Amino acid sequence: MSELFKVSSNPHIRSKVATNGLMLAVVIALMPAAGFGIYNFGPRALAVMMVTMASTVLTEYFFGLYTKKLTITDLSAVVTGLLLALNLPVSIPLWMAAVGGIFAILAVKMLFGGLGQNFMNPALAARCFLLISFPTAMTAFDCDAYTGATPLAMLKAGEPVNLLDMVVGRTAGTIGETSVIAIAVGACLLLLLGVIDLRIPGSYIVTFVLFAGLFGGYGFNPSYLAAQLSGGGLMLGAFFMATDYVTRPITIRGQYVFGITLGLLTGIFRIFGPGAEGVSYAIILGNLLVPLIEKWTMPTAFGHRKGGKRHEK
Amino acid sequence: MAKLTFIGGIHPYDGKDLSKDRAIQDVLPGKELVYPLSQHIGAPARPIVEKGDRVLAGQMLAEAGGFVSAPVHTSVSGTVKALEPRRVATGDMVMSIIVENDGLYEDVGFRARTSLEEVKGEEIVPLVRDAGIVGMGGAGFPTHVKLSPKEPEKIDVVIANCAECEPYLTSDYRRMLEEPEKLVGGLKLILKLFPNAHGVLAVEDNKPDCIALLQKVTRDETRISVKALKTKYPQGGERQLIYAVTGRRINSTMLPADVGCVVNNVDTMVAVYRAVMEGRPLMERIVTVTGDAVAQPANFRVRIGSCYEEVLAAAGGFKEKPEKVICGGPMMGFAMFGLNVPITKTSTALLALSKDEVSAMEPGPCINCGRCVEVCPGRVVPSRLADYAAHFDEEAFLANYGMECCECGCCSFICPAKRPLTQQIKSMRKIQLAKRKK
Repeated sequence: MSELFKVSSNPHIRSKVATNGLMLAVVIALMPAAGFGIYNFGPRALAVMMVTMASTVLTEYFFGLYTKKLTITDLSAVVTGLLLALNLPVSIPLWMAAVGGIFAILAVKMLFGGLGQNFMNPALAARCFLLISFPTAMTAFDCDAYTGATPLAMLKAGEPVNLLDMVVGRTAGTIGETSVIAIAVGACLLLLLGVIDLRIPGSYIVTFVLFAGLFGGYGFNPSYLAAQLSGGGLMLGAFFMATDYVTRPITIRGQYVFGITLGLLTGIFRIFGPGAEGVSYAIILGNLLVPLIEKWTMPTAFGHRKGGKRHEK
Repeated sequence: MAKLTFIGGIHPYDGKDLSKDRAIQDVLPGKELVYPLSQHIGAPARPIVEKGDRVLAGQMLAEAGGFVSAPVHTSVSGTVKALEPRRVATGDMVMSIIVENDGLYEDVGFRARTSLEEVKGEEIVPLVRDAGIVGMGGAGFPTHVKLSPKEPEKIDVVIANCAECEPYLTSDYRRMLEEPEKLVGGLKLILKLFPNAHGVLAVEDNKPDCIALLQKVTRDETRISVKALKTKYPQGGERQLIYAVTGRRINSTMLPADVGCVVNNVDTMVAVYRAVMEGRPLMERIVTVTGDAVAQPANFRVRIGSCYEEVLAAAGGFKEKPEKVICGGPMMGFAMFGLNVPITKTSTALLALSKDEVSAMEPGPCINCGRCVEVCPGRVVPSRLADYAAHFDEEAFLANYGMECCECGCCSFICPAKRPLTQQIKSMRKIQLAKRKK
């Protein structure tokens, strides 16, 4: 045997899907929402996106210099940056947006071990961090295009809302959350590509609708429920953030439990809470419950009965 | 006809077009043939010849070393040159009998029979045992053991595993097309052992020509039916196949007989037919030589003990230098250092790939995407099991059904972070299995 061939353990072939491909798919799927945000709120929305993406990518890059690991090529920092921007009001001071990006990557992701180890969705954790730190700037939805409250706040106050505007997205709100249509286009792309499935968004939305119908005070009034679904960050959260791989349960049954939990929490926060919005807090609180949910929903192996005898030592 | 299947599984590029239309050709062996004493699961065979003995094709070289074991026969006539350890496809050194081929191919004289109907049930198992037949799909479990369950009357389904779900492999496909009556004959013989059983030829639906042909051949058989399976890897895995055909589930601690099933691969059934009807021990098998680095991919009838180099030469050698050469299919086969190793009873294929995509990949961190969970036919959580294995957390590994992994490779295949999940789980399983034996 003069020339030896390479050896490795089986299998000897791999699927073409890679981590950065998945991240790229998410970025592309966010483009309709991002594009509509720029159209709706003007060029400043683009500036906010650029600042958050630059701050997340650079934070990860510099952290990588320190730990001698180059990880920005997996594109996860780009996803975090973009998602963060879509969750910010257009009028936010740019330095605050940058601080949010640094917090998302440094405090939530890298300090816990980087991609795959964060226990909360970094973009949402950063949004909540900014909400607590700078409540006025984070809830100022006045801008050139719109003055006044978000449709969800109007709904909560019992004022009438224009449902068509909400579906199209011509309302006040954060940069990426207003247009149901734009979000749906991106979500369909992810569903078709198999990047996400309907388990979490489906159980989340169904649970929330049931909760809002039962406790919202308007019964199962279709236009009230449609407004609740279209308003705020629910669609963006359900399809793009609750489905974040790292911070949702890996078990299939657990994903349904997670979706139901988010639906209940969102309902509680929106209907019984002081604010109109509740998706961000619902998701990061749900993220914290993931280890517990996984523990309860570990699957029973093929050919075994639930609760049956496992292998002895 | 409803498509039968299982939960999980993957759809890799199947590469079968390379060799599926090439009819089986004979390959004559070279000067030296190597017969490892362990070509099966169980005790190694015990040599009964000595250096210098003249042997005839079909003569037993080594007898079974226990109940779960199988004898080894020479496939050529010649002289026993040595008894020494030789490297086999898995990379291990295995004690082997070396026979120098005299090129005469004199055989011991095989006792053929004319009528399958006259064969009595009790004759079959001893004939199968003495013929050294083992599971030829790759596992190598001695067939006579499979055919001797404790309660034969409780067996109600005998499945011929015609799935051939491994990518690139076409040896079973050719066998079905070219010798369907021998396959059906083998199944009919096995059915004689199990009076209450129905025979099922289970074929993946990417082989419609085989399904049609087998239906034609079994038209008048009341005890045999042909069933189409959804094409999906690992449809030919024993547990997946039994579930697809019967809806019954077995786990790693059970045998197919526990749920009334007996499963044998195509080539194994043909070997049973030849052992009983033609009196021939297991001396040859069909080997697919394929891959993008092979000049003329083809299927060969190869005498066991031949060298991989000779089979490759029959396929025109390499078109370009391969980076990786695999004994078996790309999902469960073994990568080989070199080609100077013998074809054994379980050598399904020689696969030569010009690019080794695996070594070019850098594993990244697990992003918890859950793809491994969705594809795992064992319904476990491969990414977590791999973690437990990496941290040597035996308790968590066992509690989360680590031993239920069938090492099919689906999780490693699908992982977007390119983590070697199967390998990590496999290593831990090996350690646990070794501990159990103690």
